[in-house]
Amino acid sequence: MSTTETNTTMTADRIEKRVTLRAPQGRVWRAIADAEEFGRWFGFRLEGTFTPGKVMKGTFERKLDENAIMEAQKSSGITPSKLRVPEGNLTLFTVDRMEPERYFSFRWIPFGIDAEADPEHEPTTLVEFRLEPVAEGTALTIVESGFERVPAHRRARAFRMNSGGWAAQAENLRKYVDGA
Amino acid sequence: MGRERAAAEVFFALGDGTRLSVVTRLGSGGALSATALSQGAKVTRQAIVKHLQVLEGAGLVRHEKRGREVLYALEPERLDDARTFLDGVSASWDRAIERLRAMVEEPEKPRGR
Repeated sequence: MSTTETNTTMTADRIEKRVTLRAPQGRVWRAIADAEEFGRWFGFRLEGTFTPGKVMKGTFERKLDENAIMEAQKSSGITPSKLRVPEGNLTLFTVDRMEPERYFSFRWIPFGIDAEADPEHEPTTLVEFRLEPVAEGTALTIVESGFERVPAHRRARAFRMNSGGWAAQAENLRKYVDGA
Repeated sequence: MGRERAAAEVFFALGDGTRLSVVTRLGSGGALSATALSQGAKVTRQAIVKHLQVLEGAGLVRHEKRGREVLYALEPERLDDARTFLDGVSASWDRAIERLRAMVEEPEKPRGR
């Protein structure tokens, strides 16, 4: 088995992920540029199709993360508890630019899957997907940039939206700290 | 080492659903009393106080007396510590990428109706 790791580069303003997927560029493009397919791996049921400038709305599917959190809670010795799951018709992002097979971008409020986030007035980050053919399949680069403009209150609210990440990270950190 | 421990405390404190919702409410509602926080919660005021103590221990929350009331407020600086916010975003992308990988690398099944 060859390496299938995700390479991460982070600065205070930007996160870059590079990964090689063992699938043809056309297949990866469809998974990213087709709203229905995008929603499937992203965990968000989207309505309509991607068009530059279009505001994409849909329903957040939290089930997977909720289980992950419960598991992490159990393994950290915390009594698992139910979570408040955001429901209803929510704005996920605004499509920015599309270049068939090669480039797709959108703007969103990080963890703005939040009924109280005002898409008109809050700073957004830009998320870009770049695809390139390589021998093994497709090299995908995802860059999210513009974090320095995100205000502290949004960062605070982000905790609810990213609770799955926190739980998983907590577990990683616990192992790290315990082993150190 | 101190930094990792501090971050671990933050993650531990937020690894509980009730505490997460307390942080969220303080994040949007400013300073609140334990009584106010227990309204609409499924746990007692006493339990909320205990959760607030854990959050305060992790430096996520501070309390102040206002008259006869004790009010709790979020420490937003703490949330920026140890790049916790970006680490969270980064971890989210990692999970999303693994789901994307599973989808595109799996041989396609004919679509049923």
